[in-house]
Amino acid sequence: MEHSRRQFGRFAAFWFLLPCLAGLILFSIIPVFYAFWISFTDWDGLKPIDPRAGVPGFVGLDNYAAILAGEEFWRVLRNTLFFIAMYLPLILAASISAAMLLNRPYRGVAVYRVLFYIPVLTSWVAGALIFKSILSPEYGGVNDILRIFGIPGPGWLYDAKWAMPGIVLASIWKDMGFFALIFLGGLQGIDTDCYEAAKIDGAGVWQRFWHITLPLLSPITFFVIVICLIFSFQLFPQVMIMTDGGPIGATQVMVERIYRYAFSYYKMGYASAFSFILFAIIFVFTYLQLKLQKKWVHYDA
Amino acid sequence: MLKRYAGPVLFHAAATVIAVMVLIPFFWMISTSLKSKGALTAVPIQWIPEEISFEGYRKVFEVFPFARTILNSAIIAVLTVSIRLTAASMAAYAFAKIRFRGRETLFALILATMMIPQQATFIPLFLVMKELDLVNTFTGVVAPSIFNAFAIFMLRQHMRTISDAYIDAAVMDGAGHRTIFIRLMVPLSAPILATLAVIAFMDAWNDYLWPLVMLTEPKKMTLPLALSKLSGQYATDYNTLMAGSLISIVPILIVFLAAQKHFRAGLQVGGLKG
Repeated sequence: MEHSRRQFGRFAAFWFLLPCLAGLILFSIIPVFYAFWISFTDWDGLKPIDPRAGVPGFVGLDNYAAILAGEEFWRVLRNTLFFIAMYLPLILAASISAAMLLNRPYRGVAVYRVLFYIPVLTSWVAGALIFKSILSPEYGGVNDILRIFGIPGPGWLYDAKWAMPGIVLASIWKDMGFFALIFLGGLQGIDTDCYEAAKIDGAGVWQRFWHITLPLLSPITFFVIVICLIFSFQLFPQVMIMTDGGPIGATQVMVERIYRYAFSYYKMGYASAFSFILFAIIFVFTYLQLKLQKKWVHYDA
Repeated sequence: MLKRYAGPVLFHAAATVIAVMVLIPFFWMISTSLKSKGALTAVPIQWIPEEISFEGYRKVFEVFPFARTILNSAIIAVLTVSIRLTAASMAAYAFAKIRFRGRETLFALILATMMIPQQATFIPLFLVMKELDLVNTFTGVVAPSIFNAFAIFMLRQHMRTISDAYIDAAVMDGAGHRTIFIRLMVPLSAPILATLAVIAFMDAWNDYLWPLVMLTEPKKMTLPLALSKLSGQYATDYNTLMAGSLISIVPILIVFLAAQKHFRAGLQVGGLKG
């Protein structure tokens, strides 16, 4: 019986896979090779491609060399690292705290879980517009609250020093619920016996947090850090809506640059090369993290 | 006695602090959307507008084909859901229940594509759409969703847990793969399909970068695009912008809350994908 079923309708697999494979080839594989070729040309994205007429012109590694030798790429990279330096510790602290609260067995927990998740459901464009409004230096709510405490609020998105922190603030608000839910999944997987045993041994709340919760949560934490780093290199809607890369380029980031070069300056070749550099960076991060994880992550327990 | 209440009180105090910080921006959005243009720059700031004005709501429909935009977003979201779920469940069935040569290799290749971020491939994808003459069409916006590695993976994992005994019985009755797939596998995968449908709907409803590249005619724009376009033209009319934002958030909240009741466990998966 089992044998006959194995043999039966093997060619059917082809038809079942056809739509998805067509999509994979047409929208994933072909575009990557196509763009790889474009990244070695000076194509503007407008002139019809005609190799005999020399369109697009082959420029070898010029695009890559121009990007890496230019000052702009390193500034954009610095901006991204500045974002990560603020975003990563804050999002970890916020989402772990939220998850620990949501893991308590009290009534009303379900309501808080939904509330914390609402920003995740909101589109980034709406979220960015809300923050653009609430961060307005004179007429915004955030500086009004700071005024109550006697703190003079900064110019936020209009100040080159404070624009990126403003974007970080919006991003924490937007992403906390997402990562809290992932941490909650991790916390629910921790055996309560560990805590009971520690309590009997006289461990306090903080000791239990540092010596039980955090180590046992490390696979999830590792996962979240990787996702955060990848997210950080993909910053886009918040920058486009809130600051448009300004003031004076203080919030320019990679995807924003790629979009700009392709659709405002019509330098398709240059933009494609930039895409591949971004791709390489994300790939290296993922790979490095996968290697390092073995050293400090506790999978057993 | 005191000790008994200390836990819940501390819990609610801490949770309320976080909830308030999460909700202040939403409160600000609603309050700003109900202000007249003059009240936007009133000092001291009116956290609750002294006079309720629907100017922003009127204007958002006047200066932009906003009703059309809502319809566009709905069409694109529904198309994305149907295309993604149909193609992914078919592929998942082949990977889970049909034996063919190279199956594991092909599946590994599909998983590997999850490492390619959309942000690094939107330019080449746009170039392909341009060659296919699909720029400024809904077909072009939704077509790439025919391949979604995450959906294939989730459905395949689920279908593998469905017992082969069902299939053997159906084969004995003379059923072919098509009948088994439609009558057996799809109904048995309903909970996971529902979860994936919510994720696909949210993805499509909130997406910005891809529609931004593909749709340039105002009549064809989706809600996030319309909002970003408006924010370029009416940068200081926050009552209008907040009214538009609120209108864009309400449908997705309704979808989420309706879904939440039916499959709470599934939305944990939703949380993983975002």
